[in-house]
Amino acid sequence: MKQIMNMVNAINNALDIKLAEDDRVIVYGEDVGVEGGVFRVTEGLQKKYGAERVFDSPLAESGIAGTAVGMAVAGLKPVIEMQFSGFANPAFNQVVSHVSRMRNRSRGKYSTGMVIRMPYGGGINALEHHSESLEAIWAHIPGLKVVIPSTPHDAKGLLISAIESDDPIWFMEPKRIYRAIKQEVETEKFTVPIGKAKVIQEGTDVTIVAYGAMIREVQKASVLAKKEGISVEIIDLRTIYPIDKETIVDSVKKTGRIITVHEAIRTFGVGAEINASITEEAFLYLEAPPKRVTGFDIIVPLPKNEPHFMVTPEKIFYEIVRTVKF
Amino acid sequence: MIFKEYDPIKKKMFQVIDNDGKVINPKYMPEISDELVLKAYKDMLFARTSDLMILSYQRQGRIFTYPPNYGQEAISGAVAQVMRKEDWLVPAFREMGAYLAKGASLKEIFLYFMGYEDGVNFKNAENFLPYSVPIASQLPHAVGIGYEIKYKKKDQIVFTFVGDGGTSEGDFHEALNFAGVWNAPVIFIVQNNQYGISTPFKVQTASEGIAIKSYAYGIKGIQVDGNDFFAMYKAVKESHESARRGEGPVLIEAITYRRGPHTTSDDPTKYRLNAEEEAWAEKDPLKRLKAWLIDRELYDEETEQKLIEDYKKEIDRQFIEAENYGPVPIEDIFKYTYADMPEDLKQQMVEYQKFLQWKEARGL
Repeated sequence: MKQIMNMVNAINNALDIKLAEDDRVIVYGEDVGVEGGVFRVTEGLQKKYGAERVFDSPLAESGIAGTAVGMAVAGLKPVIEMQFSGFANPAFNQVVSHVSRMRNRSRGKYSTGMVIRMPYGGGINALEHHSESLEAIWAHIPGLKVVIPSTPHDAKGLLISAIESDDPIWFMEPKRIYRAIKQEVETEKFTVPIGKAKVIQEGTDVTIVAYGAMIREVQKASVLAKKEGISVEIIDLRTIYPIDKETIVDSVKKTGRIITVHEAIRTFGVGAEINASITEEAFLYLEAPPKRVTGFDIIVPLPKNEPHFMVTPEKIFYEIVRTVKF
Repeated sequence: MIFKEYDPIKKKMFQVIDNDGKVINPKYMPEISDELVLKAYKDMLFARTSDLMILSYQRQGRIFTYPPNYGQEAISGAVAQVMRKEDWLVPAFREMGAYLAKGASLKEIFLYFMGYEDGVNFKNAENFLPYSVPIASQLPHAVGIGYEIKYKKKDQIVFTFVGDGGTSEGDFHEALNFAGVWNAPVIFIVQNNQYGISTPFKVQTASEGIAIKSYAYGIKGIQVDGNDFFAMYKAVKESHESARRGEGPVLIEAITYRRGPHTTSDDPTKYRLNAEEEAWAEKDPLKRLKAWLIDRELYDEETEQKLIEDYKKEIDRQFIEAENYGPVPIEDIFKYTYADMPEDLKQQMVEYQKFLQWKEARGL
């Protein structure tokens, strides 16, 4: 059976399915229990599964991540929430020093399979520390996988895969499109594989790789490009690490051009990694330099000036034109 | 004196007036002039009127997310009467009375919550750090400032704030520990307003209170009725004097209640009951202080209505000034990132300008 869902509904549905079928799944974080999370992603789950399985933790991100390590090595499956991506920073030590390393340190004896979920990204007129896109920092940590869905369907399928994975998954939810995109989603269990990108629009002139809330902006840019007779192929990366190089390389071999789009700052970002890979693996197919459309290397401005920072369809279109005319 | 009498181990909350403004603890009634009490009350009334106005501006879509102080005004109201120009203020984000006392203007406060960084560059306030949104992360900064004060042998004190939720963070404990080890002149004020967003105090800690935690760090602590202006004033004043004498940090736990939402994005009906809100309304800090003032014939309802009318006009005037602040130059989003801006970033700024010209030329 299918039901119209936004991303909040889809993530809630995925948690519901896993809580129902696996008693090792424990959901906790700041305000996730009684209130159901500040974005209502976990709404109703405490009522349904009890406060032993879905609960409010003390306000301490390092403690949340650190206790999840203990739960995981003891055999539970914690699905923890960081209230905002910018508030996950106190957990950095636990994630870098333990979550991502326990398997290696114990030579595979102990697993820290867990999901660390959080809303991220700008464009919602928020206060400081509420708008960052820090995926590159987390993707730079060996032992951690980083997932970012762009649709309700993928959010559900990827989250179920993440909960079933033996690896720790850093699960970033683009909050700007939490409720903005609705689609029909299967209510039964299904999975979307981690590590697989998806060609969501075929085209011939330029490949655009993006993820999260940027997909919608790229789609709008491709409409502008089409009016100029430029055909855009769009790849939704879906998993930041491990990167699905094969899908990207195959596309670039066809189009000869690539632009990576992300809201995160430019330097040492996901775009740098993708463009480096393309230069290594599809160099002779390139008809233009691999390009990036990204945030600037600055602190995300407060709402009045945030629009300057945000990646817009026009910014993407500008780069499309320059790349195709190179 | 109060630190001995109200040693946290005795589990006694320090209180001076009751819910009706009657002095129930005359021994510890602070020495304070009627004029200063009246000024403090007006400060608190101004903060409350501002908050209520902001809530209506917010509903009209004229300001973004805002964290109201409603119900907690006596805490900042007391600090405002003790804090000197040279003292430091290291804020969280729910201490309007203290900001205004430090020299921030309401217009600046509005600007910040309208989305301008300029709103925390307080033009007339020295020794006042910008708001700190990551919970409790500001507390170690206060201790570092305290170190500088001791090192340079200055006559200054640091005031810093955190909520009950923030006491669960590692930074809270690390800051108290450093402050104890360094005997730093820092006054930590925990606004225990019973909720960290939706999470009630009993979920934050198995401890009965926060003041008792001062024991573990070897520093002074006291639990105070945070809705009792006189108790707060006395506790802050004695802490200030004690720290100035070189007796080190103090942890004040101010018991209060956040009568409004966590921020304007929050809906308290999801997690608390009307009955509880009504019970705390009885303990409201303005109500109690007003009763004391009226009883002493220093104040009356008529004066209050007139004050509120005047305040509303003043608040609206400053709000409209903030609304007319206008755009800030694009360079502003780049130029404060580094003292010495990297070439690459300069290039990004230049490229952006080129894009804007292209966009305009294309009519996009």
